[in-house]
Amino acid sequence: MSFATIDSATKQSAGTAITAEEIAEGLHEGHTASPDVARYALTLGDDALILAQRLGWWISRAPEMEEDIALGNIALDLLGHARFLLTYAGSADGRTEDDLAYFRTEEEFRSCRLVEQPNGDFAHTIARQLLFSQYAYLLYRELAGSADSVLGAIADKALKEVAYHRDHATQWTLRLGDGTEESHRRMQEAIEHVWPYLEELFTDEDLHDRLEGIAVRPSSLRAEFDAHVADVLAAATLEVPQVPQAMAYGGVRSGAASEHRGFILAEMQSLAVRHPGATW
Amino acid sequence: MTVTDSSQIPVDRAEIERAGQEHFDRIVAADSRIEPRDWMPEGYRKTLTRQISQHAHSEIIGMQPEANWITRAPSLKRKAILMAKVQDEAGHGLYLYSAAETLGTPRRELNQQLLHGRAKYSSIFNYPARTWADMGAIGWLVDGAAIANQVPLCRCSYGPYGRAMVRVCKEESFHQRQGWEILHALSHGTPAQKQMAQDAVDRLYAPALMMFGPPDSDSSNSDQSMAWNIKRFSNDELRQRFVDMIVPQAEALGLTLPDPDLKWNEERGHYDFGPLDWDEFWRVVKGGGPLNAQRMQRRREAHAEGAWVREAAEAYAAKHTTTTTALIGD
Repeated sequence: MSFATIDSATKQSAGTAITAEEIAEGLHEGHTASPDVARYALTLGDDALILAQRLGWWISRAPEMEEDIALGNIALDLLGHARFLLTYAGSADGRTEDDLAYFRTEEEFRSCRLVEQPNGDFAHTIARQLLFSQYAYLLYRELAGSADSVLGAIADKALKEVAYHRDHATQWTLRLGDGTEESHRRMQEAIEHVWPYLEELFTDEDLHDRLEGIAVRPSSLRAEFDAHVADVLAAATLEVPQVPQAMAYGGVRSGAASEHRGFILAEMQSLAVRHPGATW
Repeated sequence: MTVTDSSQIPVDRAEIERAGQEHFDRIVAADSRIEPRDWMPEGYRKTLTRQISQHAHSEIIGMQPEANWITRAPSLKRKAILMAKVQDEAGHGLYLYSAAETLGTPRRELNQQLLHGRAKYSSIFNYPARTWADMGAIGWLVDGAAIANQVPLCRCSYGPYGRAMVRVCKEESFHQRQGWEILHALSHGTPAQKQMAQDAVDRLYAPALMMFGPPDSDSSNSDQSMAWNIKRFSNDELRQRFVDMIVPQAEALGLTLPDPDLKWNEERGHYDFGPLDWDEFWRVVKGGGPLNAQRMQRRREAHAEGAWVREAAEAYAAKHTTTTTALIGD
């Protein structure tokens, strides 16, 4: 097994981070997203938002206080990414982050099925984290060089944070996989549970063709993803699942193949939609 | 009795106690700090262990009412602030348990005391957080009362507790401000939002006032704690200070405090306020509050459901003391 590819986020040094104010400033200077860029930003933002929503549930329920803090931190980072991305997406047609988060329907969301999966036990949450954080790490690493300066700056900031998320998920995968018999069994089950939703993450759409040089082509990330995850699973004494991929019924990220999205939104939007136009 | 210390010089236990007590008394009289390695009376150690661990338990149980609204916060900004706040509370719990551990009781044992109902936590958290406005009222009133209680604790004679309180108070003041801001937005919002804010204040005002503990006439632990410089002001003094502080704040918010007896007393230079329902207070303390059972059940469930995870981490650590270093790198 190769440990060399399992980098530790603790090796990352802090860099210059973009702030919400800088994005807002850029937008005031007339840099607004085109409809295609907005749709792309919305896709990334929805993934981050829904995962933050899922992870936020753990705060006060985690196996240790340290994990309440860690999962809370990861959720906060993701929520930060979502806010940047939704703010930018909204600049295309004058909508705010809250318009997009609270006043879109189930059909209008673009989140992937992986982040919509329920928290399950801690192993399910870690399995989802392992796959998503590795995907997000590779995605943001490439997106940091985007021809769109706002997307590039958001990715640059997000990359430093998802590197920690990846480290957290990797460290727990090792501990659960190679811990006790029970944790090994639960972790193997969990990884098999989330595995069918991988294909959707790496499926190219027409949108990516139109945004050549701006968006990252998802299929281009697959080989490195597979190699890294296989290394982590091997180090954790876990098997790479051999399970069928769930078809993109009704279209990639359409929500047509998800029964979870509606419940997530029903909870998240419940208060805001009862008070349309209100300021909080 | 003669015992042997590490340098093999025979010493007299009674002599150690006498010198220790003298040193302790001198430090307390000089209003200075007792540190973990200093000799201290058993009663002092016990009182502080109880108080600091209760404080830690309150932070941990106190996460629940607010965590209840993380998934439903009505804007992404509010969601981020609330997440950060509840996370701060877990952090407060951690350093308070660490402070308590310096007195000799491990966190695991303190946690067991909470889970088995042998330790208390602040009763306020046994009231439900029914609406979003409760996030405002908890921040403004509950964190406000906590600050009034905790600022004097920054000068507590026990060093680790006093220092922990300095940091906790800084964060609590942010928490109070965000609560105020939530209520301000609601009370200046739609009529439904304003009603929501008033309703939350109506429900949480009296329980917040009771956070300072029973009236001085019924408070069993106070005198000794004052003599030891753990406590600086009595329950009633702190409660009065809090009421004096929140009355003008309520006016600025445009909200009413639900106490018909509340009025300025020129002679005393303080606000008079009406009697509190101490029967309700004792009922909640003894476990009969609206949500005592639910709060404890949730904590016990989280602990029980996390058992296999903690066992896995321990098993992994035992197997991989050397390879972990290779994986994480240096």
